[in-house]
Amino acid sequence: MAKGFSGGVHPPEEKHTEKTSIEAMPLPKRVYIPFSQHTGKPARPLVEKGAEVKVGTKIGEADGFISSPVHSSISGKVVDIKRHPHPVVGESLCCIIESDNQDEWEQGVKVKQNYESLTREELLQIIKDAGIVGLGGAAFPTYVKLSPPKEKKIDTLIINGCECEPMLTADHRLILEYPMGIIEGARIFQRILDAPRLIFAVEDNKLDAAQILKKEGVEVVILKTKYPQGAEKQLIKAVLNREVPRGGLPMDVGCVVQNVGTAYAAFQAAKYRKPLIDRVVTVTGDGVKEPKNLLVRIGTRAIDVINHCGGYTNPPKKIIFGGPMMGIAQFSEEVPVIKGTSGIIVWTSSPTFQEGPCVRCASCIDVCPMGLMPTEIYKFVQNRNFQEAEKFGALDCIECGCCAFSCPAKIPLVHYIKFGKAEIRRLKQK
Amino acid sequence: MKELLQVSASPHIRAKYYDINQAMRLVIIALIPTLIFSTYLFGIRALIIVLISIITSVVCEAVTQRMLGKEITIADGSAVLTGLLLAFNLPPGVPFWLPIIGSAFAIIFAKQLFGGLGYNFINPALAGRAFLMASWPSAMTKEWLAPINGTLSGIDGITSATPLNLLKNPSNYGDPNIIIKQLNDFTTIKSLFIGKVGGCIGETSALLLLIGGVFLIIIGIVDYRIVIGYLGSFILLALILPTKGSLLFHLFSGGLFLGAFFMATDWVTSPITKKGRWIFGIGCGILTMLIRVWGGYPEGVSYSILLMNVFTPLIDRLTKERIFGEIKKERKK
Repeated sequence: MAKGFSGGVHPPEEKHTEKTSIEAMPLPKRVYIPFSQHTGKPARPLVEKGAEVKVGTKIGEADGFISSPVHSSISGKVVDIKRHPHPVVGESLCCIIESDNQDEWEQGVKVKQNYESLTREELLQIIKDAGIVGLGGAAFPTYVKLSPPKEKKIDTLIINGCECEPMLTADHRLILEYPMGIIEGARIFQRILDAPRLIFAVEDNKLDAAQILKKEGVEVVILKTKYPQGAEKQLIKAVLNREVPRGGLPMDVGCVVQNVGTAYAAFQAAKYRKPLIDRVVTVTGDGVKEPKNLLVRIGTRAIDVINHCGGYTNPPKKIIFGGPMMGIAQFSEEVPVIKGTSGIIVWTSSPTFQEGPCVRCASCIDVCPMGLMPTEIYKFVQNRNFQEAEKFGALDCIECGCCAFSCPAKIPLVHYIKFGKAEIRRLKQK
Repeated sequence: MKELLQVSASPHIRAKYYDINQAMRLVIIALIPTLIFSTYLFGIRALIIVLISIITSVVCEAVTQRMLGKEITIADGSAVLTGLLLAFNLPPGVPFWLPIIGSAFAIIFAKQLFGGLGYNFINPALAGRAFLMASWPSAMTKEWLAPINGTLSGIDGITSATPLNLLKNPSNYGDPNIIIKQLNDFTTIKSLFIGKVGGCIGETSALLLLIGGVFLIIIGIVDYRIVIGYLGSFILLALILPTKGSLLFHLFSGGLFLGAFFMATDWVTSPITKKGRWIFGIGCGILTMLIRVWGGYPEGVSYSILLMNVFTPLIDRLTKERIFGEIKKERKK
């Protein structure tokens, strides 16, 4: 019953760490916690230099509707609040905390709670206060996704366990090792949304994960392994054969999609009042001595994580946060792991590609899962004709990278389209 | 850390299967069996014409790019391919200066002056052929060579005429009724399929072109939509239109397979939309058959592809892809 969507590519999977159990990384000496780790407004700092914090102490408050609070991930002292390299935005305000090695938790955290009797509103508030955001990568505040307007009835909640990015195995391991937590978290979402149907979606390269979920009696849909199967719109199309309208959201077709990691975080928040202070990160690539799936405290620097994995094999050429298709190449090993960091990939070599002329082979068009014509958009962007680029659907691009991946002329199409999107938005604001 | 980390936009990996250079090489490889067969069929003369054509193409590309102050890109193999395809479209008996002029025109005027690889609006090899047809029609239509060991069964003495010439003007060669009957005979069809007949250097063996073409479709260089559209509409018309040739005769004779698999599917000059590629292929098939049945020429493959090349921008404009989540008729609001 493998299903699909149109377009897509098959990059080599290279999921070398899929048999490696999740290991908790020892506490780092210092953490660098950015106030901006999510889509939306950065959190407002609550602590000052010199403040004593415990694990789970709220150090940043959500600022506005689309925002999320930030918590301390270790116990110790705030040594500074200043700008520091950031994996997504280059540099941002960070709370730097020095560990006291006590790992002392905030009061009330880690105490088992009876959450079954809580109301929907109370559960939603817990998820909001725990600073939970989408752990699939986009880091959209979860409570916003869980509060659709009244007129949008949600009939199906899809828990995304596709992990279609090559090399990453964090979600896969999480399903194998903590299936009950994920299912409980999913049921919490289901209750909040009042959604009659709950579906787990897994690609057919993770049949062991699908098996474990099935055994627990939940509905599992096994999908063809194809990138980008885990992209929200493609996933809904493949699972329910519904198409999210252009510019719309999954809730427009009665759906909400949540990542398995997010569900697990929500379960921990409800059961133990544990805020989002750690996450599973796949550390892999030929530049790492011992590739691992690590449970890492938020704010741990990339270099600390890599050192825990035995250090570099050879001097690194490229460090990527995320997967090889959509991840972000880092300029510094000082960047911290944040809520949306699903993987750290270290490469000791990184081929550069000579950009050739477009020969109109149309492979970008054939593989685009959004039905766009990347080569046309790229040409409009090159000529700074942003109006036409928008007409050709530049803003519909999900930046999955299938087009650039398959381009025989090695044109960095996503790069051009991203630039075009930014320019279109800038011109609109004027 | 001494060395700086490299930053670049995602994706950080690229498909391994091919780049432009490899793709060109694979197309050339797919044509090599045909080249070997042609050399066997028409003698070393055919190979010499091919080599002259390729060398002229490459030299012209380098010289033009030099004069235009551009980077010289002869290593990408596209000029070699153009030269090869042009020679494949010439009769084996043409004088040796003809491929030189044809290749030079193809590369300089049809390709480089329009901006080089990726910017030409018509297939350079076919443009070169059309130029030669218009300028030296007798050399282009009369210099057929008899294939070694290959004759159309029972039509002695006229073996050097191409089968399509025979079909067009049977009375020039003898009793029309007998000739037509023999043309549609099974042995003739077999010769046509294997390629032991007169014709242009690279067009005679339907079998070898089919193998090469299917290989290119499987590895994803040639788009199946154009090929199926082309052959499909061609077959349909061959069955419907009043023609003296049978379906199989039409299918295996002339440059149909060379055109459908290797010329119409040229990336640069065919539409980029999926729907557009269907329309393009179907258009080629219809035009080819119309020319064969009612046109002045016995064969219509090259002109029909050239005509459709010219329509390509229009087809692309009219057949935009459907964007995911697009609602069919927004007017209803």
